[in-house]
Amino acid sequence: MGIIGSIGKRELQSYFATPLAYVFIVIFLALSGLFTFYLGGFYERGQADLSPFFNFHPWLYLFLVPAIAMRLWAEERKSGSVELLMTLPVTLWQAVLGKFLAAWLCIAIALALTFPIWVTVNYLGEPDNGVIVAAYIGSLLMAGGFLAIGSCISAANRNQVVAFILTVVICFLFMLAGFPLVLDFFSGWLPGPLLDAVASLSFLTHYAAISKGVLDLRDVLYFLLVIGVWLFATTIVLDLKKAD
Amino acid sequence: MDNTRAPRRPGNELKMIAAEGLVKTFGGRTAVDNVTFRVVPGEVLGFLGPNGAGKTTTMRMLAGFVAPTAGRAEICGFSIDKQPVAAKQKLGYLPEGAPTYGEMTPRDFLRFIGEVRGLTAAEFRQRLGDVVERLQLEEVLYQPIETLSKGFRRRVGLAQAILHDPPVLILDEPTDGLDPNQKHEVRELIRTMAPGKVIVISTHILEEVDAVCTRAIIITNGRIVADEEPAALIRRSRYHNAVSLRLQHTADLAAVADDLRNLGEVRQVEVDNHEFTVTAFPKDNALIVSAIGALAAERRWPVEQLHLEAGRLDEVFRTITTADRDA
Repeated sequence: MGIIGSIGKRELQSYFATPLAYVFIVIFLALSGLFTFYLGGFYERGQADLSPFFNFHPWLYLFLVPAIAMRLWAEERKSGSVELLMTLPVTLWQAVLGKFLAAWLCIAIALALTFPIWVTVNYLGEPDNGVIVAAYIGSLLMAGGFLAIGSCISAANRNQVVAFILTVVICFLFMLAGFPLVLDFFSGWLPGPLLDAVASLSFLTHYAAISKGVLDLRDVLYFLLVIGVWLFATTIVLDLKKAD
Repeated sequence: MDNTRAPRRPGNELKMIAAEGLVKTFGGRTAVDNVTFRVVPGEVLGFLGPNGAGKTTTMRMLAGFVAPTAGRAEICGFSIDKQPVAAKQKLGYLPEGAPTYGEMTPRDFLRFIGEVRGLTAAEFRQRLGDVVERLQLEEVLYQPIETLSKGFRRRVGLAQAILHDPPVLILDEPTDGLDPNQKHEVRELIRTMAPGKVIVISTHILEEVDAVCTRAIIITNGRIVADEEPAALIRRSRYHNAVSLRLQHTADLAAVADDLRNLGEVRQVEVDNHEFTVTAFPKDNALIVSAIGALAAERRWPVEQLHLEAGRLDEVFRTITTADRDA
């Protein structure tokens, strides 16, 4: 924990030493508020729950998480500090995990700062707070999934803009894997069981279940697995490309 | 040439750098080709070579940043491939260009390095005080690194490398971007740290090799073409023990040159009409300076300067590195 903690702390310090963390948090709060009240019709629905709030999280993350993920490794490679980090007595896993956790914590802070909306809904009515807690957990897990994908893409690219665009595209595919938009591409030539497998990768399907308050272990496991697999891929990509 | 190196006492194997048959190919190009050497405590090894010769790649393989295509490297007995963390703990490394985290202050940056290196708070305070004083970082300790001058940034990188007082130091161009005073101070720093430590520096400044290194390796096209102490390298120069006479403008250079050619031990004489200088090269490195002095007095040559050359490192460097290219 010690070294992972040190790497994470340093990374988080960098977020707050530059406008990055503040811009991310402010934009996240502003957009989530806008979406909830204008697109989601929070008041008009007349229901004491936060589904208009949580329903837009995947779309928010789709653009905001790649923005924070793109610099994770691309910047280290571009500035050359990756050479410094990789010649310190740390393992690849410690470095990858430390930086990932720092970015995840930054997102968690932004998510935590949406608490006024939770206060509001409790003031206006009597929502099921268990569902809200589950949805917060689901939202954070999904953000972690996006972030792990971004971490891997960022490790593979020296250019942050390229990393951003590729991450958005791949996250989009993962998000909508269970929907015709993506499935139609595979349905012509992929056998049925594999098609089901692709469909089951959908972020939205797993997230929808959690955000309705069904904290199924399989959905949680799914997101943890996604994070684990993409972080593992990050270590492999880094090992291959760090010195290029 | 071996007698000036640190003695190979038993146990020294555990305190040194060993590179054996290091090879690195990028695509089809061989950047480093079968490089083998050992460095023992007390030695300051200078890595010399033209740009692109493979110096940085070799150092990166030693530091565990680049995996060799073939061969192996050990730091203090730990294989950089199989026990990378243990090896890296023994190592202080300044990468090429001294990369740091620009948005951090030197103080925060060094604290991060200290934490990762496993220094306790008390050790860190003591070591920080030491490196800040040695590298004169006091005045910039709380300014973001990216706002600092190139010289300060380089010194922050050096501070990072020596913070944990490692037994092995690998410094890629430690004085690049420093002004002459700072260069001098960094060389002093290397000299004072040298006893008991293994130090490898790369440089393309030849005077630096003479100033701080006890041994020099010249590498070109990825291969070691010379491995000896700087004094021995200098002796390879055709200027070694040559004598140059700078004469007044009234002198008859041709006559002087003829007289010098008639001296028994002179192999060759060169005349520079522009600088009014005549240079005599001895046979077999013989000492001809006293004979020439006597001759000059006898013939009453209008000598302004008489200079015994030790040899020119840049000339040796050029000869060695271009001979290999032509071959």
